[in-house]
Amino acid sequence: MRYKTVHTMNNLLTAHFRHLSTSEKILRILCIASVFIIFFVICGIISSLLYYSAPALKQFGLSFLFSRSWNPGTIQFGALTSIYGTMATTLIASIIALPISIMAALYISEFSHPVISRFFGTVIEILSAIPSVIYGLWGLFVLVPVMSSLVQPLLQALCGSLPFFKGALNGLGILTAGIILAIMIIPFTINATRQILDKVPSEIKDASYSLGATQWETIHALLLRFCSPGILGTCLLGVSKALGEAVAVAFVIGNKHIISLSLFSSGNTIGSTLVNEFVEAPDKLHRSALIELGLVLFIITVGVHTIARLWLRKINVVSGVE
Amino acid sequence: MLKTAKTTAWLTILIIHLAVSPSAYAEEMVINGAGASFPFPIYSKWAYRYYKNTSTKINYLSIGSGGGIAQIKSNTIDFGASDAPLLPAELEEYGLVQFPLIIGGIVPVYNESITSSGLKLTGQVLSDIFLHKITRWNDPKIQDLNPDRELPDKEITVVHRSDPSGSTWIFTNYLSKVSEDWKSGIGNGKAVPWPSGIGAKGNEGAATFVQRIDGAIGYVEFAYAVQNNLAFISLQNKSGNFVSPAIETFQQAAENADWQNSNQYYVVLTDQPGDKSWPITGASFILMRKHQQSTEKAKALLDFFAWCYENGDALAIELDYIPIPDSVVAIINKMWENDIKADGQPVWNYDE
Repeated sequence: MRYKTVHTMNNLLTAHFRHLSTSEKILRILCIASVFIIFFVICGIISSLLYYSAPALKQFGLSFLFSRSWNPGTIQFGALTSIYGTMATTLIASIIALPISIMAALYISEFSHPVISRFFGTVIEILSAIPSVIYGLWGLFVLVPVMSSLVQPLLQALCGSLPFFKGALNGLGILTAGIILAIMIIPFTINATRQILDKVPSEIKDASYSLGATQWETIHALLLRFCSPGILGTCLLGVSKALGEAVAVAFVIGNKHIISLSLFSSGNTIGSTLVNEFVEAPDKLHRSALIELGLVLFIITVGVHTIARLWLRKINVVSGVE
Repeated sequence: MLKTAKTTAWLTILIIHLAVSPSAYAEEMVINGAGASFPFPIYSKWAYRYYKNTSTKINYLSIGSGGGIAQIKSNTIDFGASDAPLLPAELEEYGLVQFPLIIGGIVPVYNESITSSGLKLTGQVLSDIFLHKITRWNDPKIQDLNPDRELPDKEITVVHRSDPSGSTWIFTNYLSKVSEDWKSGIGNGKAVPWPSGIGAKGNEGAATFVQRIDGAIGYVEFAYAVQNNLAFISLQNKSGNFVSPAIETFQQAAENADWQNSNQYYVVLTDQPGDKSWPITGASFILMRKHQQSTEKAKALLDFFAWCYENGDALAIELDYIPIPDSVVAIINKMWENDIKADGQPVWNYDE
């Protein structure tokens, strides 16, 4: 069986290469090798994540996912606090980023003059090219003071009776981390939303206008209805980026292994825990638990990504876009 | 065709160059060390100066105490560095020796908007603050120690390290010594379950948070407190005196520790006796293998450390580190003579 596969592959390769010149052959081989490198890297990452997290997997089993105690001193590790922080910050980020991206994309693709939309396109590209450590520093030095002196007191004054807005007003915490994440994924989601809006055939839009619909009616009844599944899908892709963001979050989240309803409370995401603790984790089980956290993050991210892709493929079939 | 020949020629030159150049430096002694990040600035400065004087090259990588310990255990480096001493049993198991090379102090610091530098606290009150039992700056327990200051009615925000660190180890070691509640509830470690506050990565992170958050209190290495001009606590020591962090108070704590009778230099410099001793002092340790493979290399290593003790003081003080007192250096030299061997022979001769 194995021999046969190799044999067919050989045949395939000879057929592939027979009529090529030497330089073309070399180029082909290099290209094929490059693809395989990517494949091997992914396999390598998955297998090393599994291998190094094995001690923690064995020690804590499934309780790793549901325990909220994380104490290197007593060698107790549970991922719940980090998973909660990851989910909470990502949720806040999507709640903020989604409407802003949709409106900004609508403006750029429907309302604005081509020159203006090109200008904003460039600005968005620059935004997405900023390294995350810069976002983190900016968050700490600019956003945190604004949060502590303005946003947090305001929220507490308006709805301080809710459990979400209790606690010390030091400007750090889950909410601030969510806002930073939102700012970081907005360039991506605006671009993606724009591409979806641009895919709507102009004949359909023209048809809408010729039936006497206003611009707003066209947007509302046609574009948004037509595109909303697609927008949701691309935004899910943006969310999967936010899930893994570590450096910027570590600057502003307060880095603490607790679960609190309050959005002003410190917390930890999987990424920020890894950033904080990995370099200085002398204990083998501690290190292994951190790698298992990485594995959990990997699974969550791949899961969200896959759902988004499947969703996008499904609606593409249904709506016939593309 | 001509092009290929040209490329081949260039490649040949490159390969010859790569093959030849290391041999040009073959005479040079290279020593590799890795570990704690806290002493990195002074170790690299010493190494630089030493290289200029002797052409022995010392590479020190700041990878964290944990990494340094792991690498010296697996024998991939010539020396490791750790901010917390290893227990004698662990040293024995891996055939290592340890000795302190530089002293540092941990300084509790606070946001300057509370009050000017020098707020007096006892160890017990400090531990109650970090336990979140005292939550406001004008708490009577703090006010009573500082009758001459007017303390604001502000919430205390504790800033602690979010990464496992030697600083946290020394600081929680001190708190465990002065407070039963701390010892039984939280304990001593490089990372502990802090009851309240926010976590900051690294000394620089902790210093930044303390500066930027109103009502914040935290702890940083002395050098960071000085360089960031942070307001610091004046702490009551074992003798009952309120002392300020300074080179002389750290050094007195180191002198008063009982190095002579220590087991494998497992000496923790917190809460030491002495009128002027700063209570949260700690040493940064070097880890070496007892049985060295090459006499030459072992000698070169010890030569470097001896040079640091002898000629490194001024450089250390310049960077806000505290040199090891001479009395302790003598004890360490004797240990080198007795314990470090290559081919079964001692490497170091103290009287030389």
